[in-house]
Amino acid sequence: MFDRITFDWDWEYAFQILPQLLEATIVTVQATFVGFALSLVIGLLFALGRRAPLKLISWPVTAVIEFIRSTPLLVQLYFLFFILPRWGLSLSPFLAGVIGLGLHYGTYLSEVYRAGIDSVPKGQWEAARALNFSTIKTWRNIVLPQAIPPMIPAFGNYFIVMFKETPLLSAITVVELLQTAKIIGARSFRYVEPVTLVGLIFLLLSYPAAIAVRRLENRFVKQRA
Amino acid sequence: MSFDLLPLLLRGARITLLLTLAGATLALLMSLVAGLARMSTNRVVRSIAATYVEVFRGTSVLVQMFWFYFALPLFGISLSAFTAGTLALGLNVGAYGAEVVRGAIQAVPKGQTEAAIALNMSPRLRMRRVVLPQAFAMMLPPFGNLLIELLKATALVSLITLPDLTFQAMSLRMTTGRTTEIFVWLLVLYFVIAYPLTLLVRWLEHRVTAYTKA
Amino acid sequence: MSSNALKPPGERPADASQPDFSRPKDGAIVEFRKVRKAFGDLVVLDDLDFTVAPGEKVAIIGPSGSGKTTILRVLMTLVEPDGGEVYVDGQPLWHMVVSGQKKPASEAHLRKVRQSIGMVFQHFNLFPHMSVLRNITEAPIHVLGKPRKEAEARAKELLGMVGLGDKLSAYPSQLSGGQKQRVAIARALAMQPKVMLFDEVTSALDPELVGEVLGILRQLARETDMAMLIVTHEMGFARDVADRVVFFNAGQVAEEAPPEELFTNPQNPRTQTFLKAVLEH
Repeated sequence: MFDRITFDWDWEYAFQILPQLLEATIVTVQATFVGFALSLVIGLLFALGRRAPLKLISWPVTAVIEFIRSTPLLVQLYFLFFILPRWGLSLSPFLAGVIGLGLHYGTYLSEVYRAGIDSVPKGQWEAARALNFSTIKTWRNIVLPQAIPPMIPAFGNYFIVMFKETPLLSAITVVELLQTAKIIGARSFRYVEPVTLVGLIFLLLSYPAAIAVRRLENRFVKQRA
Repeated sequence: MSFDLLPLLLRGARITLLLTLAGATLALLMSLVAGLARMSTNRVVRSIAATYVEVFRGTSVLVQMFWFYFALPLFGISLSAFTAGTLALGLNVGAYGAEVVRGAIQAVPKGQTEAAIALNMSPRLRMRRVVLPQAFAMMLPPFGNLLIELLKATALVSLITLPDLTFQAMSLRMTTGRTTEIFVWLLVLYFVIAYPLTLLVRWLEHRVTAYTKA
Repeated sequence: MSSNALKPPGERPADASQPDFSRPKDGAIVEFRKVRKAFGDLVVLDDLDFTVAPGEKVAIIGPSGSGKTTILRVLMTLVEPDGGEVYVDGQPLWHMVVSGQKKPASEAHLRKVRQSIGMVFQHFNLFPHMSVLRNITEAPIHVLGKPRKEAEARAKELLGMVGLGDKLSAYPSQLSGGQKQRVAIARALAMQPKVMLFDEVTSALDPELVGEVLGILRQLARETDMAMLIVTHEMGFARDVADRVVFFNAGQVAEEAPPEELFTNPQNPRTQTFLKAVLEH
């Protein structure tokens, strides 16, 4: 295994492939934003569905959530990309990818929504009822404004996690960072530089984002205290 | 639904299980070592641990797998797909686990450490017999979640040619074309592996916190 | 009781030239010499001089935030002083003297000197994951190296003494506050300290449970020869048990005297206002 540890890094090659990788970064970032936007919406729907007083709605929704959460995202992506076409629905790789991300992370975000909503004291609901607020007004003016601030750091964290999950989309041929690295590597038979650069790009983008989220945490925790 | 697909799928499931076990063992080890190191009084030890945690949390586990399998050979180190997969999974989940360990240790009430100091226990004795046993109970639920995440992440090794459950399913799909059937089996098998693990963690948690429910 | 302990600083044997960091006052089991501690802007111990004689029972009273608990915590090595020296049983606590130079104490040195001190906390701090028996035997076995049989025998004896002989295998979560505190006292006694510190040990208890714990403290004051430093709000108890009562205020010993003197005839106006406020609810 350890034949001969040599440091065989080619700087010229690394700089040569950088532009192509940076271009692919754009696709990665796009996939993250679209996927996250989808997961925000789907997550809210899941959360509301789970709380629905009608068992006919809440039970299937809960089952779907548990199911998606307990199985690998990769398998779900394959399902969207390879199986749906057999039933007539053909999705582009990018679309299948972001829908997969949206559904999978929608289940995690539904938990965040639930925790945030549950953290609003029961007294708030009762006060709203006593003041004769309609259901919609209760949610919009009383509950959500209190529920959302503590959710924001959690959302921020999941955004970063999703960003790091985008390489999975390479398995369904989305040409994001990892896929590009594989293409470059296959072309020249040198994988070290492309894969290492990809790792560095992820690190350089996610680390400041993580610090920003930590700051968000401090800000929003203070607000509630 | 027929059972003739099972033998090949089960062979893949075996790899998935072995990988989960190996990865979880490495992750547990790294969590404890790095988590404790993060709280060390020695600045060098602390920053090495912090760097490890930030690097492995800040990059994608799939990228790490690729790096171990495809990039290392050019440094002269050639790893099998199983080793590369185990390393990536163990180091990645271990980094998240380290933060869980650190948080749990910090959550043990300060009075416990003070009482241990009052009884003249050495720092090592305090950690080993007073703080860690109590922190352990708090680590279990997040560790349980991480274990399930690790199991799901094993599916990624199919992308570095390791014949795990997902790999077998995909190759069966190509040879037999019985896509739907295969996918149902695939999801069932993952469920069957995941659920007992969840129960195991929940049971452990119950055992360890029994003393609080007197 | 050594008379030197009560002599004002100016009358003690002086060493004029250089401060001798290795020599504590003769006879004192605890000595604070010009100890300073501040938390940010708040000065909690203000060049404090304070001594305790072997076997002496000292009650420390005073307003909250005056620093009384900090004295105990500095002594128990939970808080490091910013300046000054602390001596325990003839040994420097927070510093060592290495070839005539004062150096911060190493962990090993701290542990050596700390052996003579024990503490009972306001919030008990029993180890929840251990039975009552194990709480008491853990330190004697793993710190003092006593054989298990011996440690368990001693533990049973101590538990009997505090009236909990039947609770050997119970867990802290099954005990009342008063019972927990009594176990905590037994646990501290198992280490056979020369100085025992009590930090408001009844303040966190329901009123009807205070008596049982104070009873144990009275018994200890009567029957043992260890020095006891008791921070308390229970004035009646302090009056009964203490050889000397110290009124602590603004980081300093404002007044100290035997209990009958201090309670009936306080000299310092601040003592007078404090006692008036506390004794007349």
